[in-house]
Amino acid sequence: MSSLIMLITVFVLAIFVGFEIITKVPPTLHTPLMSGSNAISGITIVGALILAGALEGQALFSPLAKTMAFIAVIFATINVVGGFLVTGRMLKMFQRK
Amino acid sequence: MGMQDLTNIVYLIAAILFILDLKMLAHPRTAVRGNQLGALGMVLAIVATLMSGTWDWTYIILGIGIGSLIGAVAALRVKMTSMPELVGLFNGFGGGASVLVAGSALIATFNAVGAGAAAGDMQMKVATVLSGIIGSVTFFGSYVAFGKLAEFLCVKWKLHTWQKIIKYGFSLVVAVAGVWYGQILGFSPLAIVFVVSMLLIAAMLLMKKDRFPGMNLLKSLSAIASVALGVLLVLDPSNTVLFWVLVGVAGVLGVVLTLSIGGADMPVVIALLNSYSGLAAAATGFVINNTVLIIAGSLVGASGLILTKIMCKAMNRSLANVLFGKMGPTADTPDADEVYKTVKSASADEVAMTLEVAQRVVIVPGYGMAVAQAQHAVRDIANFLEDKGIVVEYGIHPVAGRMPGHMNVLLAEADVPYDKLKEMDEVNATMEQVDVAIVLGANDVVNPVARTDPGSPIAGMPIIDVDKARTVVVVKRSLSPGFAGIPNPLFAADNTLMFFSDGKKAMLDLLTALKES
Repeated sequence: MSSLIMLITVFVLAIFVGFEIITKVPPTLHTPLMSGSNAISGITIVGALILAGALEGQALFSPLAKTMAFIAVIFATINVVGGFLVTGRMLKMFQRK
Repeated sequence: MGMQDLTNIVYLIAAILFILDLKMLAHPRTAVRGNQLGALGMVLAIVATLMSGTWDWTYIILGIGIGSLIGAVAALRVKMTSMPELVGLFNGFGGGASVLVAGSALIATFNAVGAGAAAGDMQMKVATVLSGIIGSVTFFGSYVAFGKLAEFLCVKWKLHTWQKIIKYGFSLVVAVAGVWYGQILGFSPLAIVFVVSMLLIAAMLLMKKDRFPGMNLLKSLSAIASVALGVLLVLDPSNTVLFWVLVGVAGVLGVVLTLSIGGADMPVVIALLNSYSGLAAAATGFVINNTVLIIAGSLVGASGLILTKIMCKAMNRSLANVLFGKMGPTADTPDADEVYKTVKSASADEVAMTLEVAQRVVIVPGYGMAVAQAQHAVRDIANFLEDKGIVVEYGIHPVAGRMPGHMNVLLAEADVPYDKLKEMDEVNATMEQVDVAIVLGANDVVNPVARTDPGSPIAGMPIIDVDKARTVVVVKRSLSPGFAGIPNPLFAADNTLMFFSDGKKAMLDLLTALKES
């Protein structure tokens, strides 16, 4: 199996998993669901870090690419840190009695 | 087992933690722990990435530091009423990050020392194009959604200083970036497309209205141009200029798609952009061959799509109608003066008297409650009534507010217990046994015309059937129409009392009246 087909398999299966678990989230928690899933989409930080940290002489080195990746690290970190924090803040309100 | 395998195993663990996070969101009791597991997964993925090689740490540490600071301040300081703006903004950062990572990978691959011909297979090329288009639409679309929710885009009134800084600053940056890069490229034909796109975006974001002639044509044109540029980029990926032109044109598409969206359509668009931010991340995963990006991105993509579908269904409209249509009164919409001939207005004392003899009360909040910040005052009324043995519940329409679940977050903030927040179908099932229904700042979602008049713009939209309750109290500042622009016969019904006031003031006056009697 080629690596592309592998990745497409992963993609399609993950979509199905997503549909299955998210239909069970009650409407009351839809806002935390959005901010929480938003934090998860900040996973692009992984790609941003690899490109922003490339050393001179390495395969993926280019000054312009590095600058762009640096901004991407900032954007993705805002997403991750802000997303998880604000979701936690909201969920705590739902939890208390 | 090599380092690469180890990293991938940690990525798998991170993906499992993300799935558990979303799974545990099914109940408020488990949701807090779920969110922590998701955050743990993210930390693991980041640590595994950083341990997998040797790096130039400057940008990494600086980027994470700046991002964490901005993210934390925004998350901890935002008011619950501003949550739609924040989510809109975060969607945009997600889309922007995906575009930049895909673009950076493309440039790195083709500009890198010694990269040569081996680099850049078909998968990477197609994925880069997709990431560029979806990410750019998400970035610019989210900025528009944020600006409209924060009320500084498409408005005629005077802006606060911070609003002016964002509005003019953003347009200026876009315009300058466009001209600067165009000049570097020597204003070649492709560069001109880029410059025009960027100037168009900057200009549209300065408009005082949200529609202009030829808007739907521009939607189609920019969509076709994005795809065409995408094909060109796949055919000649070493021409990295094409990537920027693609991002510019897709940005125009993002702006025109969201610019005319307002009011009750906002939840749909926020959910859709949420989905795009996930799909852009998944596409970026294909660019850099990374499974955790693909899994996390598709989970978010699926989540956003489900929410989009739920929101569309709750308005009985198709997604195409939300994105390309226009909501408004039709030719046979009845005249408001005619409909409102028999409106009865009531004072706080009269409403209090009605409530005192009630056994069951349902409160139906709308966006007006958020605007008036009336959630705490509503809770006080509910507590007072409950102390007298009256059953109080809340009926929440799926599209009430400006984002999915907006009303629930506000009421939770005011310490309203989770089990009192009822979904539309549940509350409708027993509406005939409700003595008093209090409608607070909602309009279209309680308009019985949706059930009765097939020619109405909201025909077939599921509503909360407050008109079937014994008495309806509508708290509203005036008889002005809601988002659909049509009169609401509920306001003139025999069993309806209109309580004309600001939502918060109404609730405070009502509480005083209840305590005095």
